[in-house]
Amino acid sequence: MSKRPVTKKPDPETTGHNWDGIEEFNNPLPRWWLWTFYATIIWGIAYTIAYPAWPLITGATPGVLASSTRADVAAEIKRYEDANAPIEAKLAAADLTAIASDPELANYTANAGGAVFRTWCAQCHGSGAAGAKGYPNLLDNDWLWGGTIEEIHTTVAHGIRNTTDADARYSEMPKFGADELLEKEQIDEVVQYVLQISGQDHDAALAEAGATVFADNCAACHAEDGTGDRAQGAPNLTDAIWLYGGDQVALTDTVTNARFGVMPSWQGRLSEADIRAVAAWVHSRGGGE
Amino acid sequence: MDASGPPEPQLYAAHEPIFPRRVKGTFRNLKWVIMAITLGIYYITPWIRWDRGPGMPDQAVLVDLGDRRFFFFMIEIWPHEFYFVAGLLIMAGLGLFLFTSALGRVWCGYACPQTVWTDLYILVERWIEGDRNARVRLWNERWSLRKARLRLVKWTVWLLIGLATGGAWIFYFTDAPTLLSDLVHGTAHPVAYITMAFLTLTTFFFGGFAREQICIYACPWPRIQAAMMDEDTLTVAYREWRGEPRGKLAKDEPTKSDGGDKGDCIDCMACVNVCPMGIDIRNGQQMECITCALCIDACDDVMDRIGKPRGLIDYMALKDEAAERAGAKPKPLMKHVLRPRTLLYFTLWAGFGLGMVVALFLRSPVDLNVSPIRNPVYVLLADGSIRNTYEVRIRNKQPGARSFELTATVPGPDGNPVALPLTLENVVGTVVDAAADETLTQRVYVTAPPDSPLAAGALTDITIWLQDVNGADRASKGTVFTGKEG
Repeated sequence: MSKRPVTKKPDPETTGHNWDGIEEFNNPLPRWWLWTFYATIIWGIAYTIAYPAWPLITGATPGVLASSTRADVAAEIKRYEDANAPIEAKLAAADLTAIASDPELANYTANAGGAVFRTWCAQCHGSGAAGAKGYPNLLDNDWLWGGTIEEIHTTVAHGIRNTTDADARYSEMPKFGADELLEKEQIDEVVQYVLQISGQDHDAALAEAGATVFADNCAACHAEDGTGDRAQGAPNLTDAIWLYGGDQVALTDTVTNARFGVMPSWQGRLSEADIRAVAAWVHSRGGGE
Repeated sequence: MDASGPPEPQLYAAHEPIFPRRVKGTFRNLKWVIMAITLGIYYITPWIRWDRGPGMPDQAVLVDLGDRRFFFFMIEIWPHEFYFVAGLLIMAGLGLFLFTSALGRVWCGYACPQTVWTDLYILVERWIEGDRNARVRLWNERWSLRKARLRLVKWTVWLLIGLATGGAWIFYFTDAPTLLSDLVHGTAHPVAYITMAFLTLTTFFFGGFAREQICIYACPWPRIQAAMMDEDTLTVAYREWRGEPRGKLAKDEPTKSDGGDKGDCIDCMACVNVCPMGIDIRNGQQMECITCALCIDACDDVMDRIGKPRGLIDYMALKDEAAERAGAKPKPLMKHVLRPRTLLYFTLWAGFGLGMVVALFLRSPVDLNVSPIRNPVYVLLADGSIRNTYEVRIRNKQPGARSFELTATVPGPDGNPVALPLTLENVVGTVVDAAADETLTQRVYVTAPPDSPLAAGALTDITIWLQDVNGADRASKGTVFTGKEG
């Protein structure tokens, strides 16, 4: 087939346009190209008939196939929810302490709990659950209101110091400075005492005086030895972890103005299965008791 | 379009039908043998069984895309070991370089699936419609009941071969006996049917109709080959100095070698009639020639019959042309084949092969990956100690469940490793159970005591160890511990 004579068009038609001796041929469009072009026009018209296309004042033409990506998404979400319904029912009915030892539930809460956390909790507690100033780190082994799965579940379900849930955990630290319950010198003394019991640099003389102030004003909630009381959400003042900072300036601010951390109640906003999933997830992150 | 203008140039070369004639001879026999071997390997391989123990596939060669495993007899490849496949492809490439530089388009002529299946399809065509002359007549005939019947029978057999071809392909990807039963009962996955239908139709079309068009227009390999061939490469050529001037010989008419005027070529067209590519080898080297050597068989047969020496068309290296024209003997074939270029290709090819075999035997039956969790980089605990979290992925590449103990060490002041406290998420103790042939992902906590160099420092190199509880297998991975300064 290489022997076939090649017929060259001797004098191709031009458009008459000429730029510096370069002429423009007036060749027809390749037929395959032309037919493809016609096919795309037909396809385009058919598409606008079949699918939502032409904009109207309040919407668009629906198209004869009644296709809706919004409905597709809703159907897809429904499909996943239906698929998860049995395991969620099982989770809602399970004994909280048995979740970790049931491989099926543990696997589900590891994934679903993480998703719930990243959606609803990460805004305050951080995407890695490491918290921030005023928002507790959920990975460590220091818990204000308790670190067992039941206690975490209660905290998530009802929240802390909110006004929407009657069962919310509640306590309030007095504003010892702002409400003039303590003199400024007494505050300085008790701050030095707290620095002492938490093993930091302190003024020994002031701290000795602060011990009395502490016993009279603070020990009711934070306990005689300063290790706190989980029933009241009173933090342990002898450990290395500080929610609002453990240096002299931060402690003075805390004693003077008090702190009032609030967490919303999730009971009405999340399903019981979701609350249990996120509680189990938080419990599994290394600090659970 | 201007109807009165000159005719449009034709940019499209219409397909010219080719009717290769039957031929007998050395190279034809060699091609039959190679066809039997290659087709045999292709069709039989998925049915070879290989016992790997319970829970594992017992197919010798299996590409398990669902579980992402590749099985080849005693070898099992995981996705992260895909470099073995890349290495095989490089070896295949170098092998093609080697064979092409030494023997020309020997791949195209003997082993290429396009050639092998086309050969098989032509064989079927010859059985059903007869040899070349009968097929030419049938082609030119008007449609009749007989022609329709012959065509129908031929296409049916072609389709059955295509079906077997497409079918054999999918057997490489799942358990063959199960899939065959599913296919017959109509319960196999649609992808299996679609793949089979697609490959059946491509085989039917490529082997039955496109044939040499694939080699000439679609295949990139012939274009690349030119770079690998040189004057020493063996190729099929016509000894035109011996054959020309060609022409009919009267009985006992002398040729040039006997003092006559004419060459040895009697212009019988045997070489042209047997050519599956439809070319005339006497026109010299051509792009279309796949060096299948059938013209050599055809010409040798004719030379035998007219009492002339064989080899008017023969494998030869172009380097010898000048010497042969002068009447000298060509160099021995081995001297053409063994030259620095082919030896270099062979060395590279063998080097890759040896490297892969060594790598294959050095593979660990277990390995682990450690990713430090960086959100957050560390956690401060109540007593002031610092905890880091790691995600450890343990790949148990053996067909049995195993238990591994995890430990962490840091180099001590005297250089000896010092153990670090290590705990596991949701697991009591430090032993994890890895299922057979699976990857286990486990979160691991490593804690540094308060005010230790690890806790107070920035980044410290540590090592996570994996020890088979009931065996000797051991693996480790270095990672970093982030302290308060990090």
